[in-house]
Amino acid sequence: MNNFAYTQAASTKEATAAKAADKQAAFIGGGTALIDLMKSNIEQHSLLIDINKLSMLGIENAATGLRIGALERMSDVGEHPLVVQNYPVISQSLLASASPQLRNMASMGGNLLQRTRCGYFRDTAFPCNKRQPGSGCPALVGDNRTLAILGGSASCIATHASDLAVALVALEARLTLESPKGTTRTVPLADFYKLPGATPNIENHLQPGELITAITVPAAAHARKSHYLKVRDRASYAYALVSAAVGLDVQGGTIRSARVALGGVGTVPWRVLAVEKYLVGKPATEENFRAAAALAVRDAKPYEHNKFKLELAQRTIVRALLEVV
Amino acid sequence: MSAEPQFFDKPGGFVGKPIVRVEGREKVTGRAKYSAEFPLPGLTYGVLATSTIAKGKIMSIETAAATREPGVIAVLTHQNLPKLAKTPNTPEGKKDTGSQMGFMPLTSDEIFYAAQPVALVVADTLEHAMHAATLVKITYQKAAPIASFHDPKAELFDPQKIQDGKADGHIRRGDAKGAFASSAIQLTATYNHPVYNHNPMEPGSTTAVWDAPDRLTVYESTQGVTRTQSTLSAMLGLPREQVRVITKYLGGGFGCKGSMWPHTILTVQAAKAVGRPVKLMLTRPQMFTSMGHREDQTQTVQLGATADGKITSIVHTKTSTTSPWDNYAESNAKILDMLYATPNFEATYQLARANVMTSTFMRAPGEAPGSFAIECSMDDLAYKIGVDPIEIRLRNYADHDYSTGKPWSSKSLKQCYARGAELFGWSKRNPKPGATRDGRFLVGMGMATASYPVHNSQGTARARLYADGHAVVQSGATDLGTGTYTVMTQVAADSLGLPLEKVRFELGDTQLPTAPNSGGSVAAGTVSSSVYLAAQDVWQKLIKMAIVDKKSPLYKAKAEDVAVEKGRLFLKKDPKKGEAFGDLMKRADITDIEGMAQGKYGSGYEAASAAANADPAHKDEAAQHAMHSFGAHFCEVRVDMDLGTIRVSKWVSVMGAGRILNAQTARSQIIGGAIFGIGSALMEETVRDQNFSRYTNADLAGYHVPVNADIPNITVEFVDEHDPFINAMGVKGIGEISMVGVAAAVGNAVFHATGKRLRDLPLTPDKVLMSGVNS
Ligand SMILES: Cc1cc2nc3c(=O)[nH]c(=O)nc-3n(C[C@H](O)[C@H](O)[C@H](O)COP(=O)(O)OP(=O)(O)OC[C@H]3O[C@@H](n4cnc5c(N)ncnc54)[C@H](O)[C@@H]3O)c2cc1C
Ligand code: SF4
Repeated sequence: MNNFAYTQAASTKEATAAKAADKQAAFIGGGTALIDLMKSNIEQHSLLIDINKLSMLGIENAATGLRIGALERMSDVGEHPLVVQNYPVISQSLLASASPQLRNMASMGGNLLQRTRCGYFRDTAFPCNKRQPGSGCPALVGDNRTLAILGGSASCIATHASDLAVALVALEARLTLESPKGTTRTVPLADFYKLPGATPNIENHLQPGELITAITVPAAAHARKSHYLKVRDRASYAYALVSAAVGLDVQGGTIRSARVALGGVGTVPWRVLAVEKYLVGKPATEENFRAAAALAVRDAKPYEHNKFKLELAQRTIVRALLEVV
Repeated sequence: MSAEPQFFDKPGGFVGKPIVRVEGREKVTGRAKYSAEFPLPGLTYGVLATSTIAKGKIMSIETAAATREPGVIAVLTHQNLPKLAKTPNTPEGKKDTGSQMGFMPLTSDEIFYAAQPVALVVADTLEHAMHAATLVKITYQKAAPIASFHDPKAELFDPQKIQDGKADGHIRRGDAKGAFASSAIQLTATYNHPVYNHNPMEPGSTTAVWDAPDRLTVYESTQGVTRTQSTLSAMLGLPREQVRVITKYLGGGFGCKGSMWPHTILTVQAAKAVGRPVKLMLTRPQMFTSMGHREDQTQTVQLGATADGKITSIVHTKTSTTSPWDNYAESNAKILDMLYATPNFEATYQLARANVMTSTFMRAPGEAPGSFAIECSMDDLAYKIGVDPIEIRLRNYADHDYSTGKPWSSKSLKQCYARGAELFGWSKRNPKPGATRDGRFLVGMGMATASYPVHNSQGTARARLYADGHAVVQSGATDLGTGTYTVMTQVAADSLGLPLEKVRFELGDTQLPTAPNSGGSVAAGTVSSSVYLAAQDVWQKLIKMAIVDKKSPLYKAKAEDVAVEKGRLFLKKDPKKGEAFGDLMKRADITDIEGMAQGKYGSGYEAASAAANADPAHKDEAAQHAMHSFGAHFCEVRVDMDLGTIRVSKWVSVMGAGRILNAQTARSQIIGGAIFGIGSALMEETVRDQNFSRYTNADLAGYHVPVNADIPNITVEFVDEHDPFINAMGVKGIGEISMVGVAAAVGNAVFHATGKRLRDLPLTPDKVLMSGVNS
């Protein structure tokens, strides 16, 4: 870890301005991701801008659905009755993440910006295109058991690690971003993340100095009937091998709308529109779920140690869908 | 000290009771000082910089930037580190120092393994040292490393002997291959094991203080202060008495703290170089490359049997990875040799050198992987001939030790099977594999035998009894966190006839009487015997005083006619005639009296002189009896047939392990071993990249150990067992047997659930899925 300066921002304006003024600066929310990265020398920051005093709070019903302040803690959101009742997939994705101690500390904004758990990325002794552009990707021919089968490139196949992001992408959540100029914009979370392509070091479309201030999720029947299923190497406190966030609106046995996204298999949280499209208008049967799930991995490119994800992804989707009919 | 072996017989006292830990309050209030917590004046902080390559040479080291950082006191490399009197880099040096690894980093510019220490930065704060360590710039000439015995470039060889010559690399009884070839039933199976790391909660840590230019104190995270002292004194060329090693509390070890590793001596050298105390604590990632690991290995078992399931032959081969210098392999074969009535047996080892550090003993070294192989193969045999897994084990029950031909000193295995089956509800098991379903879960029940040897050992203790009715009892043992302080306090209290709170037990210091390493499950038996006998020494001295004291009611009695109970000396024939030790001592005007004794464990107890003269590798064999603890584990799993996840839903362990000193700490040991074994069965694995020979998951987010949600309620019972041959307390160790057979019980339950035999550990969901469950 390098020496760094620390400042506490009193307003979003102050925070974004400080960040815009220093390319090496970073916001610090719960710090649970950032401090690890700094201790492992994966990231070096000159200045940490503490955003915890900012009023980016609230878990509430807004005009179009749910609004969550970016500084809300994972545990508070995961246990909030509004979320538990109307957006169970979000609650479940949060409570299946990390550990209670981490969730008490970690913020929603920070969660969405956590970085991959690829073992090569996490150890600076290895080459890694994401950490050190152009140095190579040892995972392609190495330990890729936990890495992506969807959205990868010849440069990088790192999995996106956030569970929350999978649930949010499934429900078409949007981020509210505030720029150093004080302007705000909203972007669909699905468009916020960037595929690795030739520049895996650039992971999203955040502009210099921009701050995530809130997350909004449209209310929907498929959100109320939603579920998050996470398959992992141990019962708790492990990242997903494969996860599925699903939501169904079934009326009279027929699927009116469906939402399906996968975690643990994509370089970004992976919504599978083809699966959703297949399901709509069909009876909510296990057979249809199976046929739909097969479409999820049509374009997958597995590597030596992660071939099992082809099968596991489909089964996870089917099992998750069975939970919400 | 009495020459006759004496045997503890104090029923109804504290021994055996579930006494809560005497040091519990110290620990939960944070007052217990671990080795990195001694606030010494002028303390500085050491941080290791480690190699980014696994093989090659250091071409240049640039330390100027690191040295310039505020607070940095020294940047030590192979170029400027004070020289050692002796390194383990030669076979003689290795022997003299007792080092597990025949190589010392920072003695040359060569790199042999990834994350090998290349520099040590000392600074005034931990943060300064950490930062400066990242500024040491090293250029390397890289060479292509060999990552394991799987590497096509690896060369396999027959080591003849393993464990530095301490164990045989070939075992042969009868004609195993011939007998196998002519057996009615022939089963051949191959088992694969990943690298495992011990990962104790407390990382390795050293605080080194030079009290004088030739006098050293080290606060060390070690399972044995004596062994560390002897390694340090050899490496430094100092007399042992000028090296003091202190370990008051230990946060686990599991074998990785059983010998001294490079970071310790490097810290000592750094303290010398900077003329101030230096403290170094390994980081969690460094724990994967600093204190050994369990080696990656593959085992093949050929099991021959008669049509009714009687073993005719076992042929075992093991292939594993070792370091560039040492021929280390866990000796898996021992347990395959002795567990059943096996008339013909053969075992061989193959090694391949790779760019890894030397592996080391890890909880039940040899027995843990060896039991997985034999106990899964026994399960195969049971299914093959269609009998219950317990029945196949009874048919092959060894009524004596087939590996040595000796009778057992004690063996309660049949009781363990029976009681375990009863507690578990084994009779409800549907014998058919893959036939028990609960919704989307396949439910399976499996069991396995456990056994662990009683290793020859000895140690000493001192008991000082005060006339006012309290005592201080000492032995240089270690408490790994498992209850040594507590059980020794119990033994001392019973032996001295005092209440628990009147006894203080001290350990973990080379200035105390010498005790063995806490390893090989020898500590409880050895130290408790030493303590008990030291108390006997106290009583003998007091009896001698009494019988010459005119004012004593025992005046002129014969020493052998006097007995002691609850602190009162009396005539055996006329118990009313006697007095309390306090009265005797006060009259004689002495405040305290000291006893010393040596306690022996295993062959040293039963056949002391034979064991003393035996060659170190074969000391256990000097006894007239074969000495082992035995037990049985029972496991129920639920396998998600769609997702491939395995959850252990029920667990029972029943052990026969001699006298149990403390029902609660013993139960905790067995639970801990079961969890350790479940981890090794289902999730633990250190992944080594085959191109870089470097680990890709060297932290506790990537290396999965079980969490609470992975572990069901665990039922533990001990069978009453009296063994007069093993030591003065009749105690067998339980630290390691607790995990022997655990992985096999899990694997057998998974087979019973799914009908698929999985032999590559750990049994992660991908492997279950790829085995074709529900396809
Ligand atoms: C051992 C371990 C296990 C874990 N397991 C899981 C798991 O199973 N599933 C899972 O999803 N996650 C898991 N996590 C990740 C955890 O959820 C994240 O560490 C946490 O959500 C990050 O939140 P934070 O507030 O602490 O972020 P910080 O560490 O404060 O910040 C993370 C990043 O986001 C930036 N940032 C923070 N807030 C904002 C904002 N408002 N606007 C713009 N930028 C911002 C920071 O600059 C930094 O770059 C695990 C973490 C650990 C350490
Ligand atoms: S997969 Fe991506 S993060 Fe992992 S090593 Fe390759 S480039 Fe780096």
